[in-house]
Amino acid sequence: MLINQFLLLGAFLFCTGVYGVLVRRNAVLVLMSIELILNSVNLNLLAFAMRNGSDVSGHVFALYVVAVAAAEVGVGLALVLLIYRNRRSIALDELSSMKG
Amino acid sequence: MVAQNVSFGIIAAIMAVAAVRVVTVRNVVHAALWLVLVLAGAAAQYILLAAEFVAVTQVLVYVGAIVVLFLFGTMLTRSRLGKEDQLDNPSRVVGILVALILAGTLTYVLVDAFHAEKLAEDPKLVSTADIGDSIFSTYLLPFWALSFVLLAALVGAIVLARRD
Repeated sequence: MLINQFLLLGAFLFCTGVYGVLVRRNAVLVLMSIELILNSVNLNLLAFAMRNGSDVSGHVFALYVVAVAAAEVGVGLALVLLIYRNRRSIALDELSSMKG
Repeated sequence: MVAQNVSFGIIAAIMAVAAVRVVTVRNVVHAALWLVLVLAGAAAQYILLAAEFVAVTQVLVYVGAIVVLFLFGTMLTRSRLGKEDQLDNPSRVVGILVALILAGTLTYVLVDAFHAEKLAEDPKLVSTADIGDSIFSTYLLPFWALSFVLLAALVGAIVLARRD
């Protein structure tokens, strides 16, 4: 196996996630795109861990990324819920009340 | 080696299609289900990279918990279950442009840096015990920080979502 096949797959997932963050209007779908980005990072961490002679650090960091992603989704969905309760909509482009 | 490459190809193709569907499909629940496919495919790739424990954690935390959270979020924000035309911004050109430029740059840099560098044929397995040792010795401080992050997220989510 080449290392590049994993890195390129990660790069593809990352770009798809960035596209999703930029294009989607629904806040839940934006959070899903962020999950794609975090997964591509994990793929890179594990590929480099294997390249450096099965380094344990890469695995530990990947686990920490998974945990942070779980916390992020929890808080993110709570925020989305709050926005929905106050505005009856989770379309992100309508959230412009903080614009001067 | 051939078997590994073939399975990588199949799983990567499935993941690529599913990832594109996540960001293009016009139905929130379907997007969550395509996301399951991407996450499960990622777990399979982790096994190919000799990372069993991370793969199992990926299935437990992502497929088991996070996707369920997404489905709850969809339910509680009363997104329509059927097709919806309001899911995307009116102008997609910026998104496509940024994604393509990013993909081009990343591909160029990666191919330039690692041409055809091979991974080890029979890698040393990282056992769960090794990971545990590392977490509770070298990376103990980040582990504590992470515990506080999770606690803060728990309390924060309750405070935010509670109805007063």
